[in-house]
Amino acid sequence: MTVERSTAPPAAPPVPGGAAAVSLTDARLAYGDRVLWDGLDLDVRPGEFLAVLGPNGSGKTSLMRVLLGLQKLSGGTVNVAGEPPGKGNRRIGYIPQQRALDPTLALRGRDLVGLGYDGHRWGLGVRGIRERRRRVDEALAAVGATGFANRPVGLLSGGEQQRLRVAQALVGDPTVLLCDEPLLSLDLAHQRAVSTLIDARRRAADTAVLFVTHEINPVLPLVDRILYLVDGHFRIGLPEEVMTSETLSQLYGADVAVVRVRGQIHVVGAHSDLCEDNPHHHLAEH
Amino acid sequence: MDNLFDVELTMKLLSLDFVLGALLVAAILGLLAGVLGPLIVARNMAFSVHGTSELALTGGAAALLLGWEVGNGALAGAIVAALVLGLLSRRSSDYDSVIGVVLAFGLGMGVLMLWLYKGRASNKFGLLTGQIVGQDFASIALLTGCAVGVFVVLALLYRPLLFASVDADVARARGVPTTGLALVFAVLVGVATALGVRTVGSLLVLALMVTPAAAACRVTASPLRATLLAILFAEVSAVGGIVLSLAPGAPVSAFVTAISFLIYLVCWVISRVRRAAFA
Repeated sequence: MTVERSTAPPAAPPVPGGAAAVSLTDARLAYGDRVLWDGLDLDVRPGEFLAVLGPNGSGKTSLMRVLLGLQKLSGGTVNVAGEPPGKGNRRIGYIPQQRALDPTLALRGRDLVGLGYDGHRWGLGVRGIRERRRRVDEALAAVGATGFANRPVGLLSGGEQQRLRVAQALVGDPTVLLCDEPLLSLDLAHQRAVSTLIDARRRAADTAVLFVTHEINPVLPLVDRILYLVDGHFRIGLPEEVMTSETLSQLYGADVAVVRVRGQIHVVGAHSDLCEDNPHHHLAEH
Repeated sequence: MDNLFDVELTMKLLSLDFVLGALLVAAILGLLAGVLGPLIVARNMAFSVHGTSELALTGGAAALLLGWEVGNGALAGAIVAALVLGLLSRRSSDYDSVIGVVLAFGLGMGVLMLWLYKGRASNKFGLLTGQIVGQDFASIALLTGCAVGVFVVLALLYRPLLFASVDADVARARGVPTTGLALVFAVLVGVATALGVRTVGSLLVLALMVTPAAAACRVTASPLRATLLAILFAEVSAVGGIVLSLAPGAPVSAFVTAISFLIYLVCWVISRVRRAAFA
């Protein structure tokens, strides 16, 4: 078990007790014999953008589930927005990956956002309907979705749907934003638009962002720190500390090269799903 | 069918007590179906409603054999069926086939129990086509009571239920108990279905529980408007079907299914034309 932690980087000083937006202490998650991670100490401060990277099955999504209160730790402690994750902590916003919605679903964009505001509450919610409308309109305007807010969600493009997802997560005014591969299957322009919206939010409202992704490049300029998970091993640190050939070779236990091209980072020779979208695969076919 | 438009005869029949009772029953069922329908459609539960309504027949047959009241047996059968089908995850790929498997077995048991019954089943067994004109005060009171119960529970659960129905992953992440809600909703559907089976018959339950809501969801994407339209469509089908069937003395089912199907066709055409206009 190589549990090595980088020394706290100057850009992200350790947060004095209790002030962290997300804090894991000696956290362990295992299914039977299979240890996803162990001895995980992590403090995410308000306003910090933490990217969670790693190959499939390394426990990225399980980490999200722990923070959402859907999965219990096998050991250690976890706090989110000042309290242990219970079901339905309203200070957590959640953005899932884009999935095709049924085109015949009777639901408008504004309904999707409205569900993020009070969909977890019992009752019909007739009383707060004006306040609800105002908040939903604001959230829609903030992500530039007012123009298509009344169209059926299933007929919108993937990029439009993800804008609505951002509004849905932000309408509840969260202090922690959990994003589970929110850029997956979006084209470059929409990837940029959605990640810019998330970045703007954390700067304006000091919201901590945990951003699970298998592709670092679209969010590289926004990332403060990286948590890199591989097969029970992990590393936390600044991008320039974690994304090096030496660190990743150690993590993967194999010879891995990190190549920087025009400000982008490419990992070569690691798990095949990391180089899925490298252009040379396509070029080789011609 | 010659006197389909015999207004005078229709008006005369409309003043009869048992006809008014039937109309009241139809109106309550239409309201129930309209309120539940959009959620049934959003959850892709049409086949499970069909299964539930058929298994209400098995419950009725079991009650007949055991000497209980057939309607209560149907209610119990539908709730058990709804719970069984509700426990199955609708996400799993075999959901559809499991309903088929349970449905076939349940109907087979129903046939066996009817055969075992020594009396003349056909006299007491109107569950297939319903007995909407045979409603006495007690059964109208039971229907009303159950309907009020369904409305109250639905009003309490509406927002999380809608969340879980249209956006399950995020709902779960926000702490909505999606599995528990699926079960409760299955029971609500089971109760409404059984009430429908007692009155309009299991053949007609789909026409009221699914068709009006499916038509409404074709023409609006607003959950509120879809619910209001579904209620309107279900009422027009149920009440209109009875009124039209009076003069010719024809089976109610034929008219109710025909009206709801016609509404669906119109809504389908509207949605096609609109989409073509968008593209």
